[in-house]
Amino acid sequence: MKVTSYLKPQTGGFAFTPENEEKAKGYIARYPEGRQASAVIWLLYLAQKQNGGHLTDEVVEYVAWYLEMAPIRVHEVVSFYTMLYTEPVGEHVIQVCRTTSCWLRGSDEITRACLEATGVERLGGSSADGRFTVVEVECLGACCNAPMFQVGDGDYYEDLTPDSARRVIEALKRGERPAPGSQTGRLSSLNEDGPTTLKDTFPQKAKGTAGGAAGKADKSEGAGDAAG
Amino acid sequence: MPKLTVNGREIEVPAGITVLQACELAGAEIPRFCYHERLSIAGNCRMCLVEMERAPKPIASCAMPVADGMVINTDTEKVKKARNGVMEFLLINHPLDCPICDQGGECDLQDQSMAYGYDRSRFHENKRAVTEKYMGPLIKTIMTRCIQCTRCVRFATEIAGVEDLGLVNRGEHAEITTLEKAIDSELSGNLVDVCPVGALTSAPYAFAARPWELKKTPSIDVMDAVGSNIRVDARGRQVMRVLPRLHEDVNEEWIHDKTRHACDGLARQRLDKPYVRGLDGKLRPARWEEAFEAIAQRLEGADPKRVAAIAGDLCDAESMVALKDFLGGLGSPNLDCRQDGAKVGDGPRFSYLFNTTIAGIEQADAVLIVGANPRHEAALVNARLRKRFLASGLPVGVVGEPVDLTFETRHLGNDPKALAELAEGRGAFAEILEKAEKPMLILGSGAVARPDGAAVHALCLKIAERYGLVGEAAPEGWNGFNLLQRAASRVGGLDLGFLPGPGGLDTAGILAAASKGEMDLVWLLGADELDMAQLGSAFVVYQGHHGDAGAHRADVILPGAAYTEKNATYVNTEGRVQLGRLAVFPPGEAREDWTILRALSERVGARLPYDNLGDLRRRLIETAPGFARLDQVAAAPWEPLPDSAGTELSSAPFTLPIDNFYMTDPISRASATMAKCAEAFVLPKQAATGTEG
Repeated sequence: MKVTSYLKPQTGGFAFTPENEEKAKGYIARYPEGRQASAVIWLLYLAQKQNGGHLTDEVVEYVAWYLEMAPIRVHEVVSFYTMLYTEPVGEHVIQVCRTTSCWLRGSDEITRACLEATGVERLGGSSADGRFTVVEVECLGACCNAPMFQVGDGDYYEDLTPDSARRVIEALKRGERPAPGSQTGRLSSLNEDGPTTLKDTFPQKAKGTAGGAAGKADKSEGAGDAAG
Repeated sequence: MPKLTVNGREIEVPAGITVLQACELAGAEIPRFCYHERLSIAGNCRMCLVEMERAPKPIASCAMPVADGMVINTDTEKVKKARNGVMEFLLINHPLDCPICDQGGECDLQDQSMAYGYDRSRFHENKRAVTEKYMGPLIKTIMTRCIQCTRCVRFATEIAGVEDLGLVNRGEHAEITTLEKAIDSELSGNLVDVCPVGALTSAPYAFAARPWELKKTPSIDVMDAVGSNIRVDARGRQVMRVLPRLHEDVNEEWIHDKTRHACDGLARQRLDKPYVRGLDGKLRPARWEEAFEAIAQRLEGADPKRVAAIAGDLCDAESMVALKDFLGGLGSPNLDCRQDGAKVGDGPRFSYLFNTTIAGIEQADAVLIVGANPRHEAALVNARLRKRFLASGLPVGVVGEPVDLTFETRHLGNDPKALAELAEGRGAFAEILEKAEKPMLILGSGAVARPDGAAVHALCLKIAERYGLVGEAAPEGWNGFNLLQRAASRVGGLDLGFLPGPGGLDTAGILAAASKGEMDLVWLLGADELDMAQLGSAFVVYQGHHGDAGAHRADVILPGAAYTEKNATYVNTEGRVQLGRLAVFPPGEAREDWTILRALSERVGARLPYDNLGDLRRRLIETAPGFARLDQVAAAPWEPLPDSAGTELSSAPFTLPIDNFYMTDPISRASATMAKCAEAFVLPKQAATGTEG
């Protein structure tokens, strides 16, 4: 129920571009009439993209006004979700997973490699050239291909080693988009040593080292399917 | 009605309540922090865990609806351990600063950790610290103490209707914030009450007293006509603070900021001895005998028609009946308790009461507000309207200045023309009123104080009749016609007939006569909201408690008692008679007001026939039998009024009588806290709209 109307923010000149306005209307239309506030995360994500990767107070207030919400309610959402940034971020945001599976498989080293390769001084910071931001996040749901990081909106780079992590970053630096997915070339999250069942359906892989934590042999042949 | 077993005892409870409420009905105490009867359920403190049979783990009783056949245990070892554990978690980040915390001694966390907590902590890391937030001049924040129950967020959003508070960040970094904005609500003081810990405390009361040092006196508020039930906490001769007292039909458990924080005005600008204006035109302190002598000289041989009395907004019924009898003894018919010049009051009782009653608002299904801003004139009536709005989407039409009432309103026009249209059944809102089962109309006291107030009043009565707010068309027992008074003394004065007698003058008449020099003596009983320049050369006696406008003009000042300093009766806007009680004694030589009049009456040879409060109350009941029914609202029957064709409706737009909520009477004008509030909330708005000065 509409209780109070909020004034259009006095500060700043942020407004959705016509294309984004169109999209915003589409998001709002997904919810029943009067429940437009449900679209707040979609709109914030849209606004964040339009604003170059992060949200300022005026953008937040614009979204609040757009959805007829109290600004504080939108600030609550923004501060809760880690994928909504309130500080400027680099062109590529690298989110290194650090939850149990990845951590056991060496995510600390991946983080260190990412920081070194990008020139970012501390976690959560950005590189001097403004191209990279490195953050640690909790589980991104790719445990079977640990360790991994995510770049930008949904490019998962999995089965990383410090070397392959560096390689991905160097490619990003050159302006390329390295193929997402397993960096060891395995298909999705199939057994590293090749299938044990359905052997006819999936090709038999070259022999890897026998299981365990040591089984991180870097295989360079063939880029697997994107896991995303 | 579901039946459940609590601690082995079977109990039948109303459907739809929670397990926590059911346990309370069964007599089992459940500790809680985030749960509050009047707020939505959050379920985030986990303190109310109880054991439910067939549930794998303890349940949060505040968020679990009752169901038939539930078996609840609140005193098992498992529950005890659960409470222990929750308490230990809550205290992980709570500082051990009780000795310097203002909540100490009345802190839910303190009490419950004593009752349900563990005697040590296993947390050896550093506690977190949170920066203080700015919430305006009334609320002091020590956010490190916050346990994130979000009661304050829910209060601000749901009851006060200002969405300024929120919980930002997550996990260990969660904190309550306002984004550095003062909470612009008349009800903000209640945030301090709902906070179960010492995170939000009263800024004016900071480090002033400990609860166990205070003498607590139940009393009645006089800052508006709602008659909020309050508790006056005093130490020695000083009122330290005012807190709300529960009264479901009046203020629930809230009070507004003026009620709560104007009490520091009781220690400032006080009249603590009699004064008499000397020949040099200066007021000088005098003894009571001198002051009485000066008045007696004036009264001796004076023409009673040239003597008048006006009662102010904070007067108790006792002093008004004494003054009325005193003037009656002198033979003067010139008295009026309507210092704002309201044109109603001499008609039947229903015509000046809030007949629907405040609790009755919760049945209304359409409201028309005429020339009033209930948010400022009766903040708790507004809170009820909001409650009803949230529950049912109550349509509210406003005639008069458009104001933000914290809920959705439809503006129907600025002037009486919009009313006239409604009376003829035109306009979109007419349809809503037509269809409504229990519509109500709230007429502002400012609207009936206009020169055409009587005509506005008559027109509103006509609307009330037309749309079945009153009379036979209304549902049984429903009276939808309401005059929203804003002075605590008004209904009492009108009930007592503190009104011009036959051939007597009303406020405007008294002032007009005085400015023409036709008044010998004007008695101001706490009347300060008059244009004192109009009193001309009349001899003015001011009886009251604060050195305000009236005292500045007075020739004799008789120091009286403020509302916290006397046993007195007040009648609220509904017509509810309530007793205020003495919390501290009046300062210096000041006396309870009726005793002053009693003493003077003896001196001038017209002795008032009561020597004690009991006698006076008997006289009060004799004058108006309604005073015998304490804390009851007797329905004032509706009757058709004769057409008052005398006055013409003017086309002037309605204006609001209160432009500065924080300073409306001598007490709040003397309060430093209220001055700070006015500076924080009122001045910026006036500057923005250019209405300053």
